[in-house]
Amino acid sequence: MSLPEVLAPWLDGPRAAELLFPLLALPVLALLLAPLLGARGARLLTLATLLLGLGLALAAAAALTAADAPLVYALGGWAAPLGVVLQLDGPAALMLLLTAFVLSAVGLHAARDFGVAAVGRRATLAFWMLLLGVWAGLNGLFLGRDLFNLYVAIEVLTFSAVPLVCLKGGAGQLTAAFRYLLFALLGSALYLLGAGLMLGLHGTLDIGQIAERLGGLMMAEGVDPAAADESVRMASLVAVALMSTGLLAKTALMPLHLWLPPAHGGAPAPASAVLSALVVKGSFFLLFRLWLDLVPDLRALDVGLLLGVLGAFAILLGNAMALMQERLKLLVAYSTLAQLGYLFLLFPLAGAGGPAVTAALVQVVSHALAKAALFLLAGRVLAAFGHDRLPRLDGFGRALPGTLLVLLLAGLALVGLPPSGGYLVKTLYGQAAGADAWWWRLVLDLGGLLSAAYLARILAVALRPPAPAAPGTTPKAGSRVGTLGLLVPGLLALGALLLGLLPPSLFALLDIGRADMGSATAVAEVMRTALTPAVFWSSTGPVLVVALAVMLFHIGGDSAWQRGIGAAGRELAGIEGDLREWRVAGALLLMIFLAQVLAVLP
Amino acid sequence: MPDLPLPDARFADIPLGLALLVLALWLIATRRDRSAVIGFTAYGLLVAVVWVRLGAIDVALTEAALGGGLMGLLLLTAAARLGEPRGQPAPPMFMRLLVGLLCVGVTGVLAVVVLSLPTPAPNLVAAVAEHQHTTELGNPVAAVLVAFRAVDTLLESVVLALAVIVLWSFAPDAAWGERPRTLELGTPGPALVLLARLLPPLGLVVGVHLFWAGADDPGGPFQAGAVLAAMATLMWLARLGAPPPVQSRLTRVGLVVGPLVFLLIGLAGVVAADAFLGYPEGLTKPLILIIEAVKTLSVAVALALLVAGPPALPGNHLPSRAAS
Repeated sequence: MSLPEVLAPWLDGPRAAELLFPLLALPVLALLLAPLLGARGARLLTLATLLLGLGLALAAAAALTAADAPLVYALGGWAAPLGVVLQLDGPAALMLLLTAFVLSAVGLHAARDFGVAAVGRRATLAFWMLLLGVWAGLNGLFLGRDLFNLYVAIEVLTFSAVPLVCLKGGAGQLTAAFRYLLFALLGSALYLLGAGLMLGLHGTLDIGQIAERLGGLMMAEGVDPAAADESVRMASLVAVALMSTGLLAKTALMPLHLWLPPAHGGAPAPASAVLSALVVKGSFFLLFRLWLDLVPDLRALDVGLLLGVLGAFAILLGNAMALMQERLKLLVAYSTLAQLGYLFLLFPLAGAGGPAVTAALVQVVSHALAKAALFLLAGRVLAAFGHDRLPRLDGFGRALPGTLLVLLLAGLALVGLPPSGGYLVKTLYGQAAGADAWWWRLVLDLGGLLSAAYLARILAVALRPPAPAAPGTTPKAGSRVGTLGLLVPGLLALGALLLGLLPPSLFALLDIGRADMGSATAVAEVMRTALTPAVFWSSTGPVLVVALAVMLFHIGGDSAWQRGIGAAGRELAGIEGDLREWRVAGALLLMIFLAQVLAVLP
Repeated sequence: MPDLPLPDARFADIPLGLALLVLALWLIATRRDRSAVIGFTAYGLLVAVVWVRLGAIDVALTEAALGGGLMGLLLLTAAARLGEPRGQPAPPMFMRLLVGLLCVGVTGVLAVVVLSLPTPAPNLVAAVAEHQHTTELGNPVAAVLVAFRAVDTLLESVVLALAVIVLWSFAPDAAWGERPRTLELGTPGPALVLLARLLPPLGLVVGVHLFWAGADDPGGPFQAGAVLAAMATLMWLARLGAPPPVQSRLTRVGLVVGPLVFLLIGLAGVVAADAFLGYPEGLTKPLILIIEAVKTLSVAVALALLVAGPPALPGNHLPSRAAS
């Protein structure tokens, strides 16, 4: 028998659901074997397992496409509510694929930097084990349907992600990791409290069964939702608000972002890439499950609007703060905060049907690819110069032309020029908003222009004539940043930039198991006009104008209006700094919970 | 609750609840690390008593061993190493008022929700009772942990092993390969040494009993492992032995063998019982006993190593924070 025939029962047949549990078991098995093999063995084992896992994720996506309906696997043969069930639908398959791909790419890129010879046994063993832990936690989150099982998965994720921040062991990194740990644990406690309430209210933890009890399915079939006990309904929504608040803290949606900039800015570059590209998406994906799958009718609640307003706030403030950062890695970290904001526009716009869900999922992919590339590139700059302070990096483009080029490509994907993923996201969200809700489109456009501005600032720095030799302004002698190291970031950046050129039929994967979606048609529709001169220039023109203005601003001298803008920026930075105070962030956390409670009440 | 043995047992709940509230408020109010830790330990023990009153003996045992015992020890060593906290400026009055109001609001919302919970709560007791016999276990909690929700238990024990590696990763590079030295707190007194000679044999028996009894009565690997870990910690504190160095292959095997065997038996279930984490008929009880035995060992190793701290160079009890 040929290989396809042997694999047929799994890829297109009765055993397809058996592809689900290995996606969870494989990283866990590798994680447990790694300490027995030691630091050197852990690296090889992780790389081999990641590639195997990528194959598994591809197989699962193929099996899902063949089945064209969600795949369900009951662990131990026990059905919910007694047992725990894994389920694979379109969005989950996308996340599994993305995670396996980005982790493999970052792993291959980090293979040289995180070896025993380079960083010692301690950091090597820890890095590769933590990478496996992140992977196990994320896969558990994507496949889970049980609120407590999801809690365990998110704990595996948190306990693997936090130590990645302080692998170098410096005082600043330890402080950043501790801040991350405390805020993330606060989020876990809130989530667990909500999950416990759910069990007390419904006697089951299965998202599908709770949704059914809450009347979602009944409403879809036209039965009166008043049959559901009103007080149980209200208490359930408060429980979701509790879980949601905890997950917002873990996702670092502004203004709950006090932990993210130091953590993502201070971690080793490959760790930052994983944290920014994947880890924060894990808790976002759970928010997606709660508000879209568990809550019967998000449209009837004001909470979508609340989350959308916070997202818009994050887009504007995050991008503006990115523009003002002195350190390249912090700039990229603030850009992550802004890009996370785009994900939350899903909630006010999801009511309009498909395009918003497609947009949010494309945004997850697009940002993951572009941001992983950007952090790896920032790591190259850091390795070459020994620092990443933009004021002392004048002319770095001459020393590292390849790095600059790939950095611009990844940046353009974030700005949202066609045919990038960012362009798809903006256009699809714009369609979902419709003609009346122009303010969402305004936020999207302003966000894109602000991203263009910080990209132009990096370009201006890179092209300025290098300063006369001073420490840190020229690449360190013997720093090893070969061209081969551009392969992975280049691949990731191109992936984000050319996302729209994928065959639209591939996007049909996102719709499996979800009603009211037509991703393939929507993407095909957007891309049909994207590269016509009129549409291309109408989105590229303003970006070019802003970029030119910013470059002139940075190349020009020291005039009164430049000082004025600088002073306004410092004012804004002061306010944003206050938001990152523990007391303020703690009070905001409580406020956001209470605001969500008010927004779910009738 | 008609099945309470004595009508006045409920009167004991009132002072218990009051004590819990007062202790919780005091814990929030106190400014000194040491007293907060001692209060927290006492709080854990009180909560354990509450669990007993609620009939959840398994939870009570875990809370007493982990929340009251090992957590208290961990926090006490942490407080001792931190020293006196540096004074922080008090927040402005409006901030305190705002936070107070927000807390009252959140508490109010939670109170309304908790009071609106349906009674009797919808639960899975009947479902567990119906299927418990297939696991051949008498303790329903054990049946849930090792069979119905085996995946959660597996992942939790993975977290425990991972936590030890994470703790080790905080060590300075130079100390990698050394042993943990956090428990080397001066010369142990004669009373401690005597206790460390007398108690461990007893603790070993109690630990093994808790594991063995856990199949049919309250108890199980987590509680048993916690008792065994406490015994190891006691001996290390009295310097009757020392924690193993992080390179020790045997220690690493002990750390992961629990979850690893659990996972491998779960994978074998794909073939033997047609389900990942399923048990073939007839072999259920022996397989579960193997899983619980190795898990007890791994829990004990992990908890003891967590208390022992990251590896450090001789004479340097505090991990260096000056690097970078």
